[in-house]
Amino acid sequence: MSEQFEQGVAVLRDQIDARISSYLTSCVHCGICAEACLFYTETNDPRYTPIHKVEPLKKLWQAENTFWGKLGKSLGLIKPLTESDFADWEQLVYDSCTLCGRCSMVCPVGNDITYMIRKIREGFSVAGYAPDGMKEATKRALTIGSPMGVTFKTVQAALAHVEKDTGLKIPIDRQNAEYMTLFSSMEIVNFPEYIESIAKIFDAAGVSWTISSQAFEATNSGIQIGNKEAAAELVGRVVKAAEGLGIKYVVSPECGHAYTAIRWEGPNLIGRPYDFEVVHILELLDKLKAEGRIKLEGKDDTPMTLHDPCQIVRRGGVVDPPRNLLHSVADHFTEMTDHGVMNWCCGGGGGVSANERAEELRLKSFDRKKHQLEELGVNTMVTACANCRIILEEGLEHHEMDTEVISLTELLAEHLVSGKTPN
Amino acid sequence: MIGEFIDGPLWYFSLTAFVIGVVWRIVSIVRAGVRPDLSIARGSAGRGAMRTIFSRFVPERTVTTRSRLQLIAGYMFHVGLLILLFFAQPHIDFIAERITGLSWPAVPHWVFIVAAEFAFAGLILLWLHRVLNPVTRLLSDMDDHIGSILVFLVMLTGCLALAQSHEALRLIHLFLAEVFLIYFPFSKLMHAFTFVMSRGYTGATMGRKGVNA
Repeated sequence: MSEQFEQGVAVLRDQIDARISSYLTSCVHCGICAEACLFYTETNDPRYTPIHKVEPLKKLWQAENTFWGKLGKSLGLIKPLTESDFADWEQLVYDSCTLCGRCSMVCPVGNDITYMIRKIREGFSVAGYAPDGMKEATKRALTIGSPMGVTFKTVQAALAHVEKDTGLKIPIDRQNAEYMTLFSSMEIVNFPEYIESIAKIFDAAGVSWTISSQAFEATNSGIQIGNKEAAAELVGRVVKAAEGLGIKYVVSPECGHAYTAIRWEGPNLIGRPYDFEVVHILELLDKLKAEGRIKLEGKDDTPMTLHDPCQIVRRGGVVDPPRNLLHSVADHFTEMTDHGVMNWCCGGGGGVSANERAEELRLKSFDRKKHQLEELGVNTMVTACANCRIILEEGLEHHEMDTEVISLTELLAEHLVSGKTPN
Repeated sequence: MIGEFIDGPLWYFSLTAFVIGVVWRIVSIVRAGVRPDLSIARGSAGRGAMRTIFSRFVPERTVTTRSRLQLIAGYMFHVGLLILLFFAQPHIDFIAERITGLSWPAVPHWVFIVAAEFAFAGLILLWLHRVLNPVTRLLSDMDDHIGSILVFLVMLTGCLALAQSHEALRLIHLFLAEVFLIYFPFSKLMHAFTFVMSRGYTGATMGRKGVNA
């Protein structure tokens, strides 16, 4: 048994709190969670049953926290966790779970299975059992500042284009700005239109904002792989930059897990509350609209539907703002049957999109979204997560579907009444 | 002789083991603790917990089609069992005499029969599903089967002893109920209590985020 594996088991043991103990005590192995998981519903492979993915954690808990486990262990009837358990479960824990949280919404005894899988990743990553793609992304995030290797120079190049196209000056490192905006690397590289939209909307609303040269990256690979130290370091960079600039609000971009990382997990990772608040871009836009600081004109009569990013909606609680905003610019907005907190994941969250090994399974799981779209008969899907957007576009292309995926923020910017509103 | 033992010391032992065991398990869980959440709450953890404790009695639409058999069988079994346990005249008399000194109205005989049929049908369907469905077959362990079989035997002997004309049948039923009580705290049967905790913890977390879970 290697030292690294032992450290991983120790970390796994440290995750067993009252929540996990109550979950493992309550689970009656009904398997209903399987029906909520797109990796099971699209493959019918029982191994993808969410609660089955927590088996290594359950094995450890049983051996050390239950009467029969302790008895069996002392009599040599129960085998301790081995490296082969970790090796066998690595793909289940990382490739076939997007941490979407849908299983946690249907468990009859209320188990937050996603929370347990997220915690298992802590032990697995310390033990070295994590996908290479995610390890590399985390390494790049720590050393370069972005999982995709984007540096601030790349950001500056993207901002120069935005400034040229909009005629607006993008504020960098502005002291005491009200809002500090983060971006995901994917937005900087693949969707600079998002940055342009933000610039136009904030200008129209008279928002005092800035981008930090020290912490522009919103994503957090440490959360996805389950490396607490890496996750804390990445959150810490944002906190240091925001508090240094005297920022009131940090704006989480159209990225699902970035919101979970900075909004919900961040303070717990660094061990203290922030001196600022975190707001998701959709919450902010909804607020600006409600206050009359942004005015929208014209309604799109194209039939549209909304893909809810799991970490923003189900795991993040930003449920109504995207609907309010989309209704204000779309005449024919129709919900999918399963929507809001019961939406189906794109299949690429929780680091799955950074895990090349999982690609085939991910594309197979996209059958669920394909079915949802076909059932609805709508060819324009609005979303608010750059990762969802890429994954959805890949899935649509793979299935040769003629569906357009657009960003909600970008859609709003298209309907923006230009000209500043008094602050 | 054996009858006196089952009726007397073993009953008190099993009841004591049950109470101490259940309390011990619950205290052990609570003592494991939950780290304080330092993020700013959007909603109320308390309201979220209360909501989820009750809302999970109703299944989400997304699982009602493919899990229909399990859901219906689950309701049949649990509702039937609760009626048998707390509203059958012999149980009310037993509880009044041996534990609380309090009694309450029993259900009519025909309700008892219907409840028993529901409970048996539900339990048998759940167990068949457990062994035949690939998902539950993969998940299930010895504890799941022992729990199901014990409950079945307690219910079966209970129905056989209903007439109370055969003392031996009553003693067999009581003996199995005592085995059940002793086994309970060491098993998944604990979910009868801890479901409140697991739902509560999840509901509180989601409630803070402003999500109705």
